[in-house]
Amino acid sequence: MTGKQVIDARGTFCPGPLMELIAAIKLAEVGDEIEVLSTDQGSAADIPEWIQKVGHQVISTSSDSGVWHVVVRKAK
Amino acid sequence: MSSSNLNILVVSGSLERLQMAAMVASVGAVSGAQVKVLLSMNALQFFLRSNTGEPAPEGSFGRTMAGKKIPPFKQLLQHAVELGDAKIHPCSMAMDVLGTQPEDLESFLARPLGLTRFLTDSADGQLLTF
Repeated sequence: MTGKQVIDARGTFCPGPLMELIAAIKLAEVGDEIEVLSTDQGSAADIPEWIQKVGHQVISTSSDSGVWHVVVRKAK
Repeated sequence: MSSSNLNILVVSGSLERLQMAAMVASVGAVSGAQVKVLLSMNALQFFLRSNTGEPAPEGSFGRTMAGKKIPPFKQLLQHAVELGDAKIHPCSMAMDVLGTQPEDLESFLARPLGLTRFLTDSADGQLLTF
């Protein structure tokens, strides 16, 4: 897979966005970027925590009109 | 949480406790913990294929959860198995009491497990009860 995959998890509560991201990471190739859209503030904090714990990379985290955009890269 | 053992005993049939147990199991499993869950007492009935009922909330939070897009507890446990290699076991004693066979249960469950084996396996890790 190339390019950036976008996971629209808006409206889903923790740990739904994280689980959707993990499922996507399993299928992604090393170096792929994935952006998660979430309206759940807990997930916006949890996703970077999980990414760092397991050794992937957080590219950016931002919020726009109540929607969190978390961009990560599969690193291994 | 890497290479740690997380053992979760689920005996409650309340929505909040089943949900929290499933959240801990799924996030723990995908974070590197070796997760083992034992479903017993009032919890096991909700893993019968024939049971279409939903667990009742025990408090205001559980009632508030209704209608929101919260991942269902069974889906989270299935994620724990598929994405994190967790093992979800039905309690053999509870199966005997309910007269249940393994084929009556959700397909993502592992083989029935007795309490003695569960406690032996849990000796070196954390044990949480819901």
